[in-house]
Amino acid sequence: MSAEDTRVPWPRWDSPTEDWMLPGDCPVTSERTLLLELAARILFPAVLVFSLYLLLVGHYGPGGGFSGGLVAGLAFVLRHIAGGSSEGAEIGARIRVRPPVVVGVGLCVAVVTALVPAAFGAPVLSSTKVSVHVPLLGEFEIVSSLALDVGVYLLIVGVVLDLLRSLGSGIERDALDAESEAAS
Amino acid sequence: MLPALPVLLPLLGAGATVVVGRWAWAQRVIGVTVLAAVSVVAAVLLVMADRGGPVVAEIGGWAAPVGIVLVADRLSALLLLISTVVTLAVLVYAIDQRIADYGRRTASTTFHPIFLVLSAGVSLAYLTGDLFSLFVAFEIMLAASYVLITRRTDARRIRSGMTYVIISLTSSLLFLTTVALVYAATGTVNLADLAERVAALPTGLQTVLALLVLVTFGIKAAIVPLHFWLPDSYPNAPAPVTALFAGLLTKVGIYALLRTRTLIFPEGHPSVLLLVLASVTMIVGVLGALAQNDLNRILSFLLVSHIGFMIFGLAVTDAAGAGGTALYVVHHITVQATLFLVSGLITRRTGTVSIDAMGGLAKRAPLLAVLFAIPALTLAGVPPTSGFVAKLALLQAGAGDGVATSVVAGIVILASLLTLYAVVRVWVRVFWGEPREPLPDNDPDDDLVVGTARTATPMYVATAALVAVSLTIAAAAGPLSAVTTRAGDDLVARTPYLGAVLGQEGAR
Amino acid sequence: MTTVSLAMAVVVAALYAVGFYLLLQRSLMRVLLGVVVLGHGANLLLQLTGGPPARPPILGGSAEGSAPLADPLPQALALTAVVITFAMTTYLLALGYRSWVLVGHDEVQDDLEDRRIARRRTPTASMGEEADEQGDEVGVDPGSAAASGDPVGDRS
Repeated sequence: MSAEDTRVPWPRWDSPTEDWMLPGDCPVTSERTLLLELAARILFPAVLVFSLYLLLVGHYGPGGGFSGGLVAGLAFVLRHIAGGSSEGAEIGARIRVRPPVVVGVGLCVAVVTALVPAAFGAPVLSSTKVSVHVPLLGEFEIVSSLALDVGVYLLIVGVVLDLLRSLGSGIERDALDAESEAAS
Repeated sequence: MLPALPVLLPLLGAGATVVVGRWAWAQRVIGVTVLAAVSVVAAVLLVMADRGGPVVAEIGGWAAPVGIVLVADRLSALLLLISTVVTLAVLVYAIDQRIADYGRRTASTTFHPIFLVLSAGVSLAYLTGDLFSLFVAFEIMLAASYVLITRRTDARRIRSGMTYVIISLTSSLLFLTTVALVYAATGTVNLADLAERVAALPTGLQTVLALLVLVTFGIKAAIVPLHFWLPDSYPNAPAPVTALFAGLLTKVGIYALLRTRTLIFPEGHPSVLLLVLASVTMIVGVLGALAQNDLNRILSFLLVSHIGFMIFGLAVTDAAGAGGTALYVVHHITVQATLFLVSGLITRRTGTVSIDAMGGLAKRAPLLAVLFAIPALTLAGVPPTSGFVAKLALLQAGAGDGVATSVVAGIVILASLLTLYAVVRVWVRVFWGEPREPLPDNDPDDDLVVGTARTATPMYVATAALVAVSLTIAAAAGPLSAVTTRAGDDLVARTPYLGAVLGQEGAR
Repeated sequence: MTTVSLAMAVVVAALYAVGFYLLLQRSLMRVLLGVVVLGHGANLLLQLTGGPPARPPILGGSAEGSAPLADPLPQALALTAVVITFAMTTYLLALGYRSWVLVGHDEVQDDLEDRRIARRRTPTASMGEEADEQGDEVGVDPGSAAASGDPVGDRS
């Protein structure tokens, strides 16, 4: 019965043995489930693309920078839940951009968009339409307030990432520290 | 265009200071530059509003009853100017305190952005011509203040911070309720539009809405009996934060009361109620100050007491009352912020906030004694100072407005005398007597470093600059009170504001 | 002049009552729930000001000759208010956690000065003694979860 020795203990029966997470490998193998990781792997890019769609259609249809940013943030939340958040697997460590910088850039983009019309003599925050003809795809209408939406999008994504870092990973790290302190 | 800058520039600065979060010097340069620029814009706005009437900016090009407008009339431009100058001085003080405590290179990712966001919220609250935007402005301002008051928390600060946050949230939700009810009754949230539609409502409904507004802003302005959170929460924050809150936040509440009372509910608030509230606030505040031994708590109670002076100005319905209130707000923003900054300096010298444990500081720090004495006497209203000018304006307004007002004017004088007693008591205990050794710093890690060597000179300079501003107000009392008198006339007449916002049709 | 339906009025009243009741509790978690419920009440009230239900939204189609459209302004206002309430909820959660880390529980405590005045002690406490006194009070607080200890070091 040598097979029994290599059998996984039952609480771990669905623990993944391979790297499913994006991007790259995940150093923590405990407390992972295959189902969630696979779902996260499939859903993560799809949700991000959907959030971009929401961002772009936001001027005329339901959507916009805020809801798009929240949806993108949810993609990261899913990844955080599936992949765990210990050191190294933390999202901030992967992307190499500190979340506050994303927040700051988003805020700057939004405010600059608000101020730019004033340079052309129009009221603050007013917007204009530009029609672009793209070969093969046809006519596009780009509204200048899209830049504002992009700023809001970045702002929200940054806020969600920062929340994951401080309230997600931070609290888990605190709990781990407390456990190791209690054990020693 | 121009009225939008005091809101947008600090927001842009906030974004930029987050991006450059690693470089402390860049944060400092951006913060100071932005606030200096906003001061200049505010000064320009004041001149424009004083010469040519209210300056209106339509956001996104949508005209008044539909879109959001920013309006800078004499009152809002004046308060914006003084608030920004005080904010700038407090920022310089805070920067130098941080350099003195942590060294030149340590950057704080949160302080500068939050500080600028708070400034943007205050500017928006002064400038907005829209009740819901006023709610948003209060939320921006308060959210920033929550972060500032609970930053670097220890157990003591988190307790006081919690009180502050919960009370403020309650008042915000009340404000939201008020906005909903006002919209249900009138179908608009534009202040100028409201001015006309509320007048058509039944008197009872007007009074209910006015009282809701009074309670909402009364909590924010700390009117007795809605003041209890203030002496509990403010004293525990770091000195610059307390100075900023004491100088600005309560006064924004007073501004909102002044604006809504004169513009929307000229008949709504019962003056008798306001007179009673003013008397109770003045007396309870100053008696609370006399019962305390904690320097910051004394100043907080004096702040509450002096809110009563402004409520008294509100209760006087004519233009002189509105103008007197405006002048008093300008004076009080400056002097209260200065006092808390000086208190921070004193605490750094002595290591305690208890005035019983201090003594003889005048020999060790004569400059500090002078820096405390001038704003303290200004607060009490001793003649050549700006406090005297402001109180005189209030009393003159009150004297011509009936018997009840004259009685309360007597209470104003009594409260001023008690204030004088309170500050003299502080001054004697802190600066006279036998010099005592500073207490040891019981927590070396916090940002309170006791001792003489590490108090940076720029902190003194920033405080002295605010004292100078206060003295300038006294020296320029003639032109300034002329401006506030014109502002009061505008407020009571209402036509300049309505005409500027709604166009010719509204000025009928 | 339209009036609000009775059911909605009752719901708003219930939300406000529950919200204010929870706000008066000691535990910050209950206060947080109170803020959430009260926020829902306020937002529902804001929605109700937009006129009777079942009106078509303003998006798409022409309004000519058809039924009156729903008032979009309260919806926009409520959306903004929802976002603000959401942010405040997050902040309160973080504050509650911080309080639990620092103090060991999330109860809203009395003002120390109030207690001292109530006891009429001789007011000689310096700042150092004040901090000591507070430390004692945290220690003896029956509701404190101090047994679990301070889970983290200084994170500030």
